[in-house]
Amino acid sequence: MINQVYRLVSPRQFEVTYKDKSIISDKLIIRPTHLSICNADQRYYTGTRGKEAMRKKLPMALIHEGVGEVVFDPLGEVKVGTKVVMVPNIPTEKNPYISENYLRSSKFRSSGYDGFMQDYVFLNRDRVVKLPENINMNVAAFTELVTIAVHAISRFEKKSHPIKETFGVWGDGNLGYITCLLLKQLYPESKVIIFGKTDYKLNHFFFVDNMIKIDEIPEELTIDHAIECAGGKGSQYAIEQIIDHINPEGTISLLGVSEYPIEINTRMVLEKGLTLLGSSRSGTADFQRTIDVYKQYPEIVDYLGTLVGEVHDVMKISDVTEAFESDLSNSWGKTVMKWMI
Amino acid sequence: MIYAGILAGGIGSRMGNVPMPKQFLLLNEKPIIVHTIEKFVLNSKFEKIVIATPKEWVNHTKDILKKFNLDLPTITVIVGGSDRNGTIMSIVNYIEETYSVSEEDIIVTHDAVRPFLTHRIIQENIDNALEYGSVDTVIEAVDTIVESQDNEFISSIPRRDYMYQGQTPQSFNIKKLQELYYGLSDSEKEILTDACKIFALKGEKVKLVRGENFNIKITTPFDLNVANSIIKGSLDK
Repeated sequence: MINQVYRLVSPRQFEVTYKDKSIISDKLIIRPTHLSICNADQRYYTGTRGKEAMRKKLPMALIHEGVGEVVFDPLGEVKVGTKVVMVPNIPTEKNPYISENYLRSSKFRSSGYDGFMQDYVFLNRDRVVKLPENINMNVAAFTELVTIAVHAISRFEKKSHPIKETFGVWGDGNLGYITCLLLKQLYPESKVIIFGKTDYKLNHFFFVDNMIKIDEIPEELTIDHAIECAGGKGSQYAIEQIIDHINPEGTISLLGVSEYPIEINTRMVLEKGLTLLGSSRSGTADFQRTIDVYKQYPEIVDYLGTLVGEVHDVMKISDVTEAFESDLSNSWGKTVMKWMI
Repeated sequence: MIYAGILAGGIGSRMGNVPMPKQFLLLNEKPIIVHTIEKFVLNSKFEKIVIATPKEWVNHTKDILKKFNLDLPTITVIVGGSDRNGTIMSIVNYIEETYSVSEEDIIVTHDAVRPFLTHRIIQENIDNALEYGSVDTVIEAVDTIVESQDNEFISSIPRRDYMYQGQTPQSFNIKKLQELYYGLSDSEKEILTDACKIFALKGEKVKLVRGENFNIKITTPFDLNVANSIIKGSLDK
């Protein structure tokens, strides 16, 4: 079969390319139905990843957040029509101690490896997780982003002390929202405080116990653990504030990606005996836990529905460009492409 | 029910000296028709995929399907007719004899030698055939179309923005297709070589579905070279 792969060839320019694939193999064949745009995709689309990375990684199909339907299983194990979320991490080895998303040998879609912008996606069967039948597919589209928070929380659970009276989440963007939402459900007894700087963004966080603007933090306020979802240069200021307000032996989960080196006050990290816990991407186990959470707490899916910004019907390449351009002008919420190309 | 009809009736007269019908020639080391059938297998809406080939090539087609593990229960190979419409009708007749055709049933017919089609093109054919009863896949004309009735001088130049180039799939309500085709006289059948033209001439609305300029028909050695190069040019990653 000739599979159309829609690749970014240079900033703001997509082109269709053709790959010969056989439908008879051990792989599942998925028709993508809903794809969601991530900031990482935007950095390639706009060319801000830097010349070297662009030269090395393009041409490449973007998008690593997406869901679809199984259209063919040569082994007949998975029912045709099954709705699935696709896992973008592709491990090439097994390791009993190191998670698949930290293995240096793993590949990741839309980062040096073709993403989901294809007519059909061919996946190993451990790279899909079945979705609940009646889930809102626009929400399911950005499940991968939710798995990032779920993965970070799972790591945090393994490595932190058991006192969890107060959580502080820094960053009022999509990831901060999702993290707060999960913490509120998974730790109903704990207090969750969001620390943000933008009023209209903080306006979405009424479900947390307290919303605090980062320039109005009361001096005496303390938290047991913190999750940093700021990213960019903001990571540095967030970490600085966290170190000031966190109780001794607390854990700081770092999720925000920064292109710049970040200064950390290690003196206070030492004095307070803090744990800084880096977290990046996710693996199939995190996708499974996320879907289990969706099933157990269906209201999470409803809350996540408020993150769905624009939904674009994509029937031709210019519709993709339109979706990416419009996403650039939205500072809140997720842009979803209904994949009808 | 929704059926697919793969038209593999050509005997390859345009391929020069190549002794094999064009649908069996290799595109990136796989017969063209295999690429085409694989795209149809991936749309689960099809109850059955019926391939019609010249009688002497039926066995070869079956052998190919077996070789590429496509001898699936949803695929059948039958003998086609003497021309394009004849082939479509032999597929329709096979479907009628094997299953009971209802008023809603449709068939998506496609040239075996157009392997570059996409999921969208097939899906829009299905959706629109169910809604409108007949569908043609087209792209906007790029070149100016010049009409000459005497093959020597221009008789007219139609407005280009009204002109489209026909591709396939073409999709039809099966009952309606039978009714219109069997209502034609023999002389009409000779002129009306395109099934969509039958619908249009008999006053039926034929819905346009946007094709793709890469949905090319591989009919000449030049086309085959082009097709092979665009695939190989895309194999960098």
